[in-house]
Amino acid sequence: MQRYLLRRVFASLITLLAISVVVFGLSRLSGNPVDALLPDNATPAEAEVLIKEWGLDQPLHVQYWAFISNAVQGDLGNSLKWPGETALGLVWQRLPATLQLGGFAILVSTLIAIPVGVLAAVHKGSWFDSLGKLIALFGQAIPPFWLGIVLIWGFAVYWKIFPTSGRGGLGHMVLPAIAMGWFQVAALMRLTRSAMLEVLDNEYIKAARLKGVAEWRVIWVHALRNASITPLTYFGVIVGYIFTGSVVIETVFAWPGTGLLAIEAIRARDYPVVQAVVLTFAVVFILSNLIVDVLYAVVDPRIRFK
Amino acid sequence: MKIHLPKNETSKGLMKAPNRPNFLRRIWQQLRAYPLIPTFILLVLLVFPALTAEWLAPHDPTLGVFSDRRQPPIFFGGTWEYPLGTDRMGRDILSRIMYGARVSLSISLVGIFVGGLIGVSLGMLAGYFRGWIDTIVMRLVEISLALPAILLALVLAAATGPSFQTIIIVVAFVLWALYARQVRGEVLSIRERDFVARARVAGASEFRIMVRHILPNVANTVIVLATLQVGSVIVLEATLSFLGLGIPRPTPAWGLMVADGRQLIVSAWWISFFPGLAITLTVFSLNLLGDWLRDRMDPKQVNV
Repeated sequence: MQRYLLRRVFASLITLLAISVVVFGLSRLSGNPVDALLPDNATPAEAEVLIKEWGLDQPLHVQYWAFISNAVQGDLGNSLKWPGETALGLVWQRLPATLQLGGFAILVSTLIAIPVGVLAAVHKGSWFDSLGKLIALFGQAIPPFWLGIVLIWGFAVYWKIFPTSGRGGLGHMVLPAIAMGWFQVAALMRLTRSAMLEVLDNEYIKAARLKGVAEWRVIWVHALRNASITPLTYFGVIVGYIFTGSVVIETVFAWPGTGLLAIEAIRARDYPVVQAVVLTFAVVFILSNLIVDVLYAVVDPRIRFK
Repeated sequence: MKIHLPKNETSKGLMKAPNRPNFLRRIWQQLRAYPLIPTFILLVLLVFPALTAEWLAPHDPTLGVFSDRRQPPIFFGGTWEYPLGTDRMGRDILSRIMYGARVSLSISLVGIFVGGLIGVSLGMLAGYFRGWIDTIVMRLVEISLALPAILLALVLAAATGPSFQTIIIVVAFVLWALYARQVRGEVLSIRERDFVARARVAGASEFRIMVRHILPNVANTVIVLATLQVGSVIVLEATLSFLGLGIPRPTPAWGLMVADGRQLIVSAWWISFFPGLAITLTVFSLNLLGDWLRDRMDPKQVNV
């Protein structure tokens, strides 16, 4: 187990290193980095400061070494649009909002997807099952940004049940959470359904029934406990997708999180901030994938010895 | 091994000739197996407009009539002049959707071609030669699957600005790894088959073996994979354009059109609604068609 863990951590670090090379390389190799890094109305004096500060007159490998050793120490440079702020500091300020919305979205989609998946498996082939299949198919086809706009139109503009945008109470989170979690509901529901179908075929389920255990207990306690292993390991994937999806959803709902920060920074051509957001998201994504790998190994001992 | 007999198969029933479904019923069954409705939607929404937008679109997609801005669609008090209404600048939404089909179609075709070409080549090399090439390619696959598309698009758009090339690079970057992984897996088993050994004995070069003998055997998988991906590529392109990371204005792209109507959702919902509906229906049909093709052409599971 330790060797497996070590190997996965090492692979994750390699991936992170590769991403840092991509992020670094794109800022330096795509034309003149000074143009990419500075806003259009910058003066030559500002360009001079930037060249000194970023060491742009040094060879590339020296520049990368400076970049990566600063990054490891939590220094990703200063924001160009928001004076006096460090890029990483801005990301940390916005992170709580993203975590709040993402956590709520995951909670809501789980509370919907698991019961629906279980019921679809129990009533296999019924109209409920078909409805679930149809929702899953549409879930993969509806683009989240459009779903968000349609939800705003219906529930905020027409019926005025929820606010249109911004951060506030629980009501502010409902529509963005639905738009964010919709795709995940579809995937999680299908996973739960197939896992339940497999488990329900087992002998111990029949034994429980023969013992006279109530049917709801057989399904929701005996079967679901074993069927939840697959969906559980899928959670790491969901966490990663919710994070990157926040770029889209926060733009639609003007939710002041990290995703919206990335878009604002791109519009202002604030490359250090974009870099900080992308690296933070990459760390979250890789970390959640690592957790999934470890969870798999805990659940299924065969994987440890692959 | 259990033998399944039809339910009503008694000793008597076995003597009777089985009931053959009549002619009409057979046709109906054939039609049901073929996804007719999705194909129809695709032709009407994506392929046909993309090919004929120049001649059939009622208006110029980028030139608006200022006095006709924010006209409602025909079934909400509009006129036949603008069946799906007009946007903030008086541009006809129907025409823009038709031209937008061309953008979606060309980006998915070019992106999938570039990504597929890289992925299939690297996958074949990795599976055929194994060894260090295989190690490097598979490590690159792992890395590229670990980097979400949106993040790459953010970096690219920040560094070089949004453009057609940006999207193609992002799409190719997302796709190549899937092809490489799938093709490598199949080549690993194909290269051990007899016909490959015979070709080698007959003196065929490594290049000839790969292109003439192995490539045709992975073609089915590649086609299925490509079909299954058109839908997700269209959504990816629309998402990037919506965020301002993809197609620049004023090109009529579906994602951009949704973004254009976002601020006007209170007064003119149709500006965002119809392009989004076009994306949804197109992708829905493509997914159905892809699933059908997978069941039909490739009994092995293709992982997307």
